[in-house]
Amino acid sequence: MRRISTIAWHTFKESVRERVLYNLVVFALLLISAAILFGSISVGIEDVIIMNLGLSSISVFGLLMAIFIGIGLVWKEIDRRTIFSILAKPVHRHEFIIGKYLGLMVTLLINTAIMTAGFYLALAYEQRTLHWRDLVALQAVYFILLQLAMVVALALLFSCISTPILSAVFTLALYMIGNLLSDIRWFGQEAGSALAMNLTALIYYLLPNFGNFNVISQIAQGHPVPSYLLVSNSLYALLYVSILLAAAILIFEEREFR
Amino acid sequence: MTSEGRNWSPSRARRTCWAVLALSFLALVPLQQEVDRQIGGQRRIEELLYVPSGRLLRRLCLGHEGLAADIYWTRAVQYFGRKRIDRATRFDLLGPLLRITTDLDPHLMVAYRFGAIFLAEKTPWGAGRPEEALELLRRGIVANPGYWRLWQDVGFIYYWDLKDYPRAAEAFRVGSQQPGAHLWMKAMAASVAAQGGATSTSRLLWSEIYNQAENESMRRSAAEHLLALQAREEMDQLNALLKSYQDGAGRPAQSFRDLVPAGVLKGLPKDPSGVPYVVALDGHAGLGPGSKIDLTLLQ
Amino acid sequence: MPAIQTFDLTKDYFSGFFRKRLKRALDRLSLQVGEGEVFGLLGPNGAGKSTTLKLLLRLIFPTAGRATVLGEELDSVAMHARIGYLPEHPYFYDHLSAQELLNYAGELFGLDKATRRRRIGDLLARVGLAGSEDSPLRKFSKGMLQRVGIAQALVNDPELIFLDEPMSGLDPLGRREVRDLILELKGRGKTVFFSTHILSDAEMLCDRVAILNRGQLLGCGDLRKILSLGISATEIVLENPHADLMVKLQPLTSRAIRTGDNVRLEIPSDRDLTQVLEIVLREKGKIASLNPLKTSLEDYFLSTVSDATEQARRGRNIDIRLEGKP
Repeated sequence: MRRISTIAWHTFKESVRERVLYNLVVFALLLISAAILFGSISVGIEDVIIMNLGLSSISVFGLLMAIFIGIGLVWKEIDRRTIFSILAKPVHRHEFIIGKYLGLMVTLLINTAIMTAGFYLALAYEQRTLHWRDLVALQAVYFILLQLAMVVALALLFSCISTPILSAVFTLALYMIGNLLSDIRWFGQEAGSALAMNLTALIYYLLPNFGNFNVISQIAQGHPVPSYLLVSNSLYALLYVSILLAAAILIFEEREFR
Repeated sequence: MTSEGRNWSPSRARRTCWAVLALSFLALVPLQQEVDRQIGGQRRIEELLYVPSGRLLRRLCLGHEGLAADIYWTRAVQYFGRKRIDRATRFDLLGPLLRITTDLDPHLMVAYRFGAIFLAEKTPWGAGRPEEALELLRRGIVANPGYWRLWQDVGFIYYWDLKDYPRAAEAFRVGSQQPGAHLWMKAMAASVAAQGGATSTSRLLWSEIYNQAENESMRRSAAEHLLALQAREEMDQLNALLKSYQDGAGRPAQSFRDLVPAGVLKGLPKDPSGVPYVVALDGHAGLGPGSKIDLTLLQ
Repeated sequence: MPAIQTFDLTKDYFSGFFRKRLKRALDRLSLQVGEGEVFGLLGPNGAGKSTTLKLLLRLIFPTAGRATVLGEELDSVAMHARIGYLPEHPYFYDHLSAQELLNYAGELFGLDKATRRRRIGDLLARVGLAGSEDSPLRKFSKGMLQRVGIAQALVNDPELIFLDEPMSGLDPLGRREVRDLILELKGRGKTVFFSTHILSDAEMLCDRVAILNRGQLLGCGDLRKILSLGISATEIVLENPHADLMVKLQPLTSRAIRTGDNVRLEIPSDRDLTQVLEIVLREKGKIASLNPLKTSLEDYFLSTVSDATEQARRGRNIDIRLEGKP
């Protein structure tokens, strides 16, 4: 347990020193402030545009950060041979994986918090005040974090297997497909053949269903997420992350380092 | 060492590179302008609409359809504004843009409400397509049942643009039953049902629009309509007076001054903008020169 | 209890598209390393030295056989708390300073803060990096990185230290310091297991050595014994010998080299040294010096390896085995 937190803290420090992270956060904050101007070139969407653009920015930039750092989490240690000295110490291989994961999650948590603070500042500026009902946006941020938790686990898993570029491609591809799973299953049902229907059903349950977590537009219109959805999505994310981490640990336990 | 090698010192290479950079950039500007001129207008129209359907676009958005809706709405606003400035008569892309916007975000009220106004208004203030506007509003009602203001907009279009009073009354009535509806809706329903296109009914409608107006331009438009209605009403009254004068005097009045000694009028009547009414050549009351009232609004 | 013991430790790699091609990187290695020894694992590049080290450290897994380290089986993670490891070409985290790296290592070992601080200070001073502890590692030269590597291998005060090519990349001063360090560790009762292809270092430091080539153990045992097995000779340096004397000595000498006024003669041990001396004295030759020549480890190594290669070429089993029990 202590070793996991040591590795997590070390991973966090390493991520935080990545300069790209700063650039992404700054860019996100710029975009969020631009939302204030956006309202003035349109009609009637001053409030809703800050919600939409702000939350979408947090989501997209969080995704970029998760992938950018996640794909190198394990691969870098293998490629630079730093893994040798780590595993020569009394560290279980599963402690290494879990520590790496938690370290990146903490990094993302903090960055998301910064972007969310910027978002609320922009909202306060536009509305001249903040209302209690504006807290509903935190539900969207929570769901974004759940999505990021799954993306990081995906990137980490691929990082154990292949090079950064391939990991990025696979992770991004699974993220996109994961957003379209309902449509894929619908296509399978419309297609008519039993094979298509079963195949798409299999894909639907197997792949990570990111579509569950897309609530930005409804939150922007002021409709909060029902509490049962909060609970079930949290459970889903927890289960899926466990699956991915278990797979990563399995692969890592068998891995040889020449 | 070849002769080419001997001539290319590092400073010479550097100077050449800078020269190439600068000259090429300078040449690019007129070239791009030429390209714009040739392809130009063609491209701009097509650019606006390079995604065929709102449903497809919604899938591509991966959860960011709210933002996409905002962008498409803004495009619609800008398209509409540009067409208005050009005093255009055809607003072909307005309908598709609004359809895509509302496909992306079925709860974006401003797209339904303003979109309907843009579509229904007569050219050159709008697209002059009240049927399309009604279609848009119907889709909005399906996606947002219980939102009474959409019913108000439906009623308005039937009443003002299509002069279909029975349907207008029905729309106001249904709308008055939705949760949170203003009591005014009931009053409007009754008024339309009873009196159709009477000026008093129209004034009731436009007063409410004035009160509900969310921005300056809407308020101004409603005020102008109210002034025009008031002028119309006054002119109707003046016409009645002119008629009774003619019946009495045996000849039409030349100007309103004739009516003063007869005790019919206390002074020269002025329209709501402060400009005196005149008697037109056909013997009816008319607006004086310099009047700010715009009677064409009442068509 | 031996510090390290291997029993027919074997490692195969499968390569090729369908993983059909077999390469045996280590073939049934059985050896023992006693507590407190300095043990050298020697061999040319590709002999299997790194493979052996990585198998013992659980970085790769054996295809067959087993081994124990400090009495524990290879899959024991707890055992790692008692060992230290310096990898070949040490890479460390660029963004950390030496201090931070050693702190990280110390935390992974579970050392408390006070112990960490004290030990890190001592170690950095010991490897000559005091004053550079706060510079980021990306600014370190190769030699400095090697020192950091040694320091992180000793953070937990291990009983057994694995060093993979510890002298590589060091200048003569650095190599001297590492040699002194190894002797110091031995003096404190630690066991040192290091691999190298620099035989002179092994000669100076090791109690016992093992020689690997192409995955096979060619020889293993006490260094002195191995060297004394070699054929030694005697060297006589004569001052200005006259031609007559040279002619008479010629059948008895294997080599004669003239350096300035002197001639250096090598008398193989199977020739009669006494006879040579008699001839020299009779002819009134002047002896400048008389030295027995020991076989160097290099000689032994080269002959062993070439013999093994020759035997392998001829398809015979390699059977040079010298077991020196501690």
